[in-house]
Amino acid sequence: MSQITRKMRVPLDAMTVLALSDVTKRFGPTVALDGVNLELRRGEVHALIGENGAGKSTLMNILAGSIRADRGQMNVDGQVYSPTSPLAARERGIALIHQELSLAPHLTVAENILMGLEPARWGWINREAARRRSLEVLESFHHPEIRPDRRVADLSIAAQQVVEICRAIAARANIILMDEPTSSLQRDDVAHLFALIHRLRGDGISIIYISHFLEEVREIADSYTVLRDGQSVSTGALSAVTNQELIVQMVGRPVENLFPSRERSAGDQLLLEVRDLSAPPYLRHASFDLHAGEILGVAGLMGSGRTEMVRAIFGLDQAHSGTFRLRSKAIAARGASPTLRLLQGLGYLSEDRKGEGLALALSIADNTTMTRFASCSRWGWLDRAEQRKQTEAWIRQLGVKARNPIQRAGTLSGGNQQKIALARLLHQKADVLLLDEPTRGIDIGSKARIYDVIANCAGEKKAVLMVSSYLPELFGMCDRIAVMSRGKLTPARAVKDWTPETVMLAAIGGQELSAEARE
Amino acid sequence: MVAEVKVETTSARPALLNLWLARLGPFIGLILVIAVFALLTESPARYLSPFNLRIVLAQTVIVALGAIGMTLIIVGGGIDLSVGSVIALASVVTALMLRSGYPPTMAVLAGVLVGGLIGLVNGLVITGLRVVPFIATLGMLGIARGVAKWIAGQQTVNVPQTWVNELAVTFPTPWWLLLAPGVWVALLLSVLTAVILRNTVFGRRVFALGSNEAAARACGIPVQRLKLWIYSLAGLYFGLAGVMQMSRLRQGDPTVAAGAELDIIAAVVIGGGSLSGGEGSILGSMIGALIMAFLRNGCQQMGWPNYIQEIIIGGIIVIAVAIDRFRHSRTYT
Repeated sequence: MSQITRKMRVPLDAMTVLALSDVTKRFGPTVALDGVNLELRRGEVHALIGENGAGKSTLMNILAGSIRADRGQMNVDGQVYSPTSPLAARERGIALIHQELSLAPHLTVAENILMGLEPARWGWINREAARRRSLEVLESFHHPEIRPDRRVADLSIAAQQVVEICRAIAARANIILMDEPTSSLQRDDVAHLFALIHRLRGDGISIIYISHFLEEVREIADSYTVLRDGQSVSTGALSAVTNQELIVQMVGRPVENLFPSRERSAGDQLLLEVRDLSAPPYLRHASFDLHAGEILGVAGLMGSGRTEMVRAIFGLDQAHSGTFRLRSKAIAARGASPTLRLLQGLGYLSEDRKGEGLALALSIADNTTMTRFASCSRWGWLDRAEQRKQTEAWIRQLGVKARNPIQRAGTLSGGNQQKIALARLLHQKADVLLLDEPTRGIDIGSKARIYDVIANCAGEKKAVLMVSSYLPELFGMCDRIAVMSRGKLTPARAVKDWTPETVMLAAIGGQELSAEARE
Repeated sequence: MVAEVKVETTSARPALLNLWLARLGPFIGLILVIAVFALLTESPARYLSPFNLRIVLAQTVIVALGAIGMTLIIVGGGIDLSVGSVIALASVVTALMLRSGYPPTMAVLAGVLVGGLIGLVNGLVITGLRVVPFIATLGMLGIARGVAKWIAGQQTVNVPQTWVNELAVTFPTPWWLLLAPGVWVALLLSVLTAVILRNTVFGRRVFALGSNEAAARACGIPVQRLKLWIYSLAGLYFGLAGVMQMSRLRQGDPTVAAGAELDIIAAVVIGGGSLSGGEGSILGSMIGALIMAFLRNGCQQMGWPNYIQEIIIGGIIVIAVAIDRFRHSRTYT
């Protein structure tokens, strides 16, 4: 009977390299995956879309052999697949490219590419073969600076991502799982990555591609599967579906407009005045005004000095020179510390949520109230009931998906973690908000919520400085935009005076800077 | 065009400076220590004489052997605090075997294997019970010391005259050996281990493990088994260090080498090993061991009391780690 079914299925599924049916995974009481079905064909780029917390990463980890499914069946090339370790997954030709880079910074490019597959005889490494093999793989990328003998720590983030992809290719994977591979890439590198994906597809390699950017998904993927709350809710060809429909399937409700409409303010009180701020080598010059009720956007490439500017303002990095005026009172730019800035009413949201944004091992309550324990303590003694009560209010207000306030922040999804980071700023009652990439790597539902919160802050006459790499967000949210390019900030201009093209041009510095770089 | 937009590429200069600091730093430190003591002593000629050099080298053997094993562990991202106790235990076991009339070869082998066994246990506790290396080996520090005192009956174990006693002498019996047999053994093993770290799959995987354990695991490297190998192999070196210790004292002493772990870890760190893993070299560690030996020897020559040595060595450890941090702040910003 079963033999007959298999025979009948062969012609139909000849192209199917990976088939999942009813894959389920629980972590204690939480259901991470609740019956996922997915079919991947040979030479296809299949987009896996869904909000953060929908279960995409869990699914990837099951496929890559890091965790095991509780229930359900997986087939690779028609044979049962249930990997017990990453090694087993690798041997079946499945490679995962992580969202966070997973390279060994101290080792060379060649050693990273061939990690786990070192060419060797009797345990002795054949360096020449390793060099040749990695060069073979590297050849297809236009990155001459990535030499096999270079230390990975000395490469740029984009180059490191290339190394990571080369590793998957070197393993001769025929199914590559890419978890938000463009999240740390610049435009040119994204183009290179896409060209490479096209080539891999041509070679018959199948790719599961996870991304939050629908534009990007449309550009690169053939078909899609939407995950919502651990279930695969729809699948099909991308050409047969609109973005609006995809978003509805992702969030389970229509999102008419991501960006809240708000009264653009003008002529309000000047809150923060920054003049000639510099913090070499990354930040060379920045001057701007920030008014109450205003959202000022800062665009620019990664590494252009945007983050360094915000850090210098907040006293995390030392400014070399410059003057500040806060509420028309001069304050020192040099010798500042975050402690002082907090007292002065500044709040800072880090771009690096896991690294310095949140204390992941602590509870939501501790994270939220950390900058103003005074709200729930007396003589240095914490009133834990009061702390919980205040945190619960923020959880409700920001729509955080959490069991309770004493849950560890690290157990939340990215979008919910970001809401907690923002809740801390609100709890702190800061009136100048410095937001660095407030919506990086989070799902659309959480983005919409965070945009609402930011707009509300401006409505309450707080001043918001928002650094972002995502242009639609800057254009949708800001009153004025300034562009950082190679450590210099352009004057801020009203949003209507910019187009995405002029912003990009200012960011890459036009002709003037290319000439300078050539020197 | 592409390269021009990229601002994040670290410029070559700090990387190069970093490399020089890592490679030459230990050498400079060694020369500095020797120079300082040569100037301080009333007779620099005696301090720099081949005679004194032999003494220093003979004194280095124990720390050097320990540092070879410790380099493996530290490069792999771990730490072992139980070295001092393992040295004592191995020295007692070797002495007991000799006293009971076993052939010297068997006794030496037993001492070495006891070290390997303790290392294996450390590895099993770390991988199987998921105890962090610091705590696992801190526990072993107490256990191994206790066992050593127990089996030695809380006293030193005297041994009959055999060739084992000649391993670490300043003047070896066939004069053409020039240096103590132990020095040659340590030299040979350090070269061997350096080659293993550099040129074998095992060696490169140790670096991969210390540099990024998650990546190593994702690449299919069996990290748990690798850790067992690292701690066991290092344990063998610690056991051999214990045999040398017995040879130096010509008796098994369960209270010996207390605090040796600090000298050994300091040697590795001074030699460029990073306590966060992924960095370190045998050559560097050997120079680190020499620095420690010259320091102790210099202090003795000056007639300074023991506590001065301890203060100086404590200071050196802090400075070495501070330099390590400085190098890292250069690399990863």
